[in-house]
Amino acid sequence: MNPEGLLYTKEHEWIRINGDIGTVGITLHAQEALGDVVYIELPAVGDKFESHKSFGSIESVKAVSELFIPLSGEVIEVNSALKDSPQTINSDPYEKGWLLRIRILNPAETSSLMSAQAYDQYVASEA
Amino acid sequence: MVSFGGWNMPVEYSGIALEHNAVRTRAGLFDVSHMGEFIVSGPQALDLIQHVTCNDASRLVDGQAQYSALPTEDGTVVDDLLVYRESASRYLLVVNASNIESDLEWIQSHNTFTASVENISSATGLLALQGPLAREILQVLVDLPLDPIATFHFVRGHLSGVDVMISRTGYTGEDGFELYFAAPNSEQLWNSILSAGKRHGLLPAGLGARNTLRLEAGLLLHGNDIDRTTTLLEAGLGWIVKSGKGRFIGSEALAREKADGPKRKLIGLEMLGPEIAREHYPIRIDEQEVGHVTSGSPSITLKKNIGLAYVPVDLAAVGETCDVMIRKRACKAQIVSTPFYKRSIG
Repeated sequence: MNPEGLLYTKEHEWIRINGDIGTVGITLHAQEALGDVVYIELPAVGDKFESHKSFGSIESVKAVSELFIPLSGEVIEVNSALKDSPQTINSDPYEKGWLLRIRILNPAETSSLMSAQAYDQYVASEA
Repeated sequence: MVSFGGWNMPVEYSGIALEHNAVRTRAGLFDVSHMGEFIVSGPQALDLIQHVTCNDASRLVDGQAQYSALPTEDGTVVDDLLVYRESASRYLLVVNASNIESDLEWIQSHNTFTASVENISSATGLLALQGPLAREILQVLVDLPLDPIATFHFVRGHLSGVDVMISRTGYTGEDGFELYFAAPNSEQLWNSILSAGKRHGLLPAGLGARNTLRLEAGLLLHGNDIDRTTTLLEAGLGWIVKSGKGRFIGSEALAREKADGPKRKLIGLEMLGPEIAREHYPIRIDEQEVGHVTSGSPSITLKKNIGLAYVPVDLAAVGETCDVMIRKRACKAQIVSTPFYKRSIG
């Protein structure tokens, strides 16, 4: 049910890899669990993060949650449209609701991520 | 679903914002059966209640309810509650779910009166129908007129044939009713109210909307805004502390605090930027940490981010600004008067 070709984390982020560039977002399951997203805090272009470290936060009406980066990388672009319409993350989490683009610093780390099928099973086992 | 006081309860059904707006503009139905209910009865029922609560229950008549609290000897808050007078020798106390055991123990340990306290929480169902259309929706289901029931009054009647206590009370800032009945009828009553309300736009509402609604209405939540570390006067609940009624638990401490003036105060906050204040976030004024947020959320009705916080009394003036520390960043907020939202009457 989650898109094939993306890789997933246990914290419910996804990454779409194209060469050494990765696009990062949160999954359908994550946005459902959060409810209406009302605010998002993203890093600045040029910031570097090690894999699975917090890069920002996302808030729904009821709670605030941290965002974790799937792979070590340097931020090359943030989705600035989300500032005015964070609800796009609810309506289109895999396309228009993307959060960051990063330059991937260590491609070998992908071995720690899940395929779509493995993530589907992980979500089912968590419920 | 989240676990709340041992109950599995939905935080939301169709979404907090939809449910919240339904309550403000039409109606919402909450299952709040997790709340605690005690029956206090006997010839000295009133004496026990007068001793353990701060409001003056002797002013109640049959069929009337009042907001009150159980103070500690220090004037802090064991719990807040509703006191319903059924008759001169029989009262219903409605307490917060997470405090049922500790309240019962507290009341029993101070029960030197000819009065008995019975915990009927698990046998009692409670639905709250709230919103401007609540009366219209409920009227078709009950066997008595709802119009004559004034705010903070209640009657006994039948709802879809089931015995219910119908109370004109709530925790949302809207008109509405709280319905008490024998727990096995919960599902039947839930379904019959939802189906009667369908054409009026009634929505089932969860704990998430309950919290955003009560915060806008400036209603406090025990465990967040008040607890055994905060006094009733600091919380702005001096209006339920009736020193004229004679001695009660906490009366001396509260009288002393009233004479000296409380040292800190629970104030309303409105964030000036897009950030959202949440409970436990520190408050700074002139780079000094002076207090903390006790409740915070986006206000769905006002489209602002609001919160409640304790700050020293000399810094608590409406219109002053302070910093809320959000992820180590100072975010500006303004002190505002509460309630944040007040419904227009008529």
